[in-house]
Amino acid sequence: MRLLSLFVFMLAATGCSNIEPWVKPYERDLLAEDIMLFERDPVSTRYMNHVYEAREAARGAEGSAGGGCGCN
Amino acid sequence: MVLRAVPEVVVVVTKYIFPLLLFAFLLPQTVLATILPEERVDMLYHKYDGGGVEIDGPSVLVRKNFADKVSVFANYYVDMVTSASIDVIATASPYTEERKEYSLGIDYLNDSTILSLSFTNSSESDYEADTIGVTASQDFFGGLSTLTMSFALGDDTVSQNGNDVFGEKDADRRRFSLGFTQILTPKFVVAFSAESVIDEGFLSNPYRQVRYFDSSSLRNCLCSYEEEEYPDTRNSDAFAIRAMYSLPWKASLRAEVRRYTDSWGIKANNAELRYAHAYKDNWLFEFRYRRTSQTQADFYQDVFSGPEAFTFRARDKELSTFNSNQFGIGITYKFEQQLLPGLERSTLNFYWDRFEFNYDNFRDTRTELPAGTEPLYSFEADVIRFYYSAWF
Repeated sequence: MRLLSLFVFMLAATGCSNIEPWVKPYERDLLAEDIMLFERDPVSTRYMNHVYEAREAARGAEGSAGGGCGCN
Repeated sequence: MVLRAVPEVVVVVTKYIFPLLLFAFLLPQTVLATILPEERVDMLYHKYDGGGVEIDGPSVLVRKNFADKVSVFANYYVDMVTSASIDVIATASPYTEERKEYSLGIDYLNDSTILSLSFTNSSESDYEADTIGVTASQDFFGGLSTLTMSFALGDDTVSQNGNDVFGEKDADRRRFSLGFTQILTPKFVVAFSAESVIDEGFLSNPYRQVRYFDSSSLRNCLCSYEEEEYPDTRNSDAFAIRAMYSLPWKASLRAEVRRYTDSWGIKANNAELRYAHAYKDNWLFEFRYRRTSQTQADFYQDVFSGPEAFTFRARDKELSTFNSNQFGIGITYKFEQQLLPGLERSTLNFYWDRFEFNYDNFRDTRTELPAGTEPLYSFEADVIRFYYSAWF
């Protein structure tokens, strides 16, 4: 991680950080479709994550906010 | 609720947060419009039915924006539980329970940064949980990249119905998460997530028990039961990669893998594949398959050799070695006309998921066989989500 920070710092210091966005806004129409959202409906996703957390030992990195469980 | 400077927090902050903040601020700020979440209302009915457990209830989410700068949301959620699960019937009676959860949150948009604050209260007769969370989200590269950092602090209070001597016991939970989403091509997006969770306090379930061999027992299993005992700390790390690809026929493919490890010795992997297909202008179909496998906690055993055989002991099937398969289908219908004044559009959604859980070292105690010779336990569960969403 220190090496990565140093690398990024050196990139910035040498002026190489001006990377242009390679996908232009007018090329993002497909990405704006609802079928391209990782999760379309938060209320539905949040419920499924609760089901997983109650039935499995694993928790975290679900890609959406967690909350109190109360999984007795 | 007091935030204490524990060593783990310092390690996480210095090891992960500072370098990422450095990364964030050194990147070019050529950002296009970062926007708040859409204004919407969702009304959901959910039902879980399997393994002797039935849980259903509503969830209502409302989100409203102000001056394109501030967004607030509120969520009300209820679980109505009727449980006669295999964990319960071995040593106790079936029960009914209700859990209510309230969440409130606010998002503030400043240039390309969204700062969020949320509070959640979960309440049932023997469990109270408060969680406060803060999130910072930053867009880069003209919106091609998004970095998200979150911290949540949970304060739980555990009690036991029908046992006043048990009193109230506390558990503190701290969650740190990082997310990075990158648009790679006009058709391809990837997202990386990492989350560490630190739990301290009473982490056992006061109702669950372990069993041990006892030749003098009058039970057919020739075993007796005693209280389980968990460690009072648990640290876990989870990493996930998700990818979304647009297919040429108005469809998308979503793939996900996640790896989980914790200080209790549990390792888990899950992988998921989703296919979403838009049909004509109004229909959307989704198909999902998810596979999970996990190894047991170090202190888990189906039958212990004797009473208090180890300091820590558990027989929760959630801490055993198992795998599960999930198959799901979803149907969405989009209403393009305004159903009510003020509504831009709305959808009606129905999702059904079938779970199969297969346990490798958790046995079915409903048989009258000696402990350790019973067949391995397995069960199926159906999960239904039926909801209406409207944007205004």
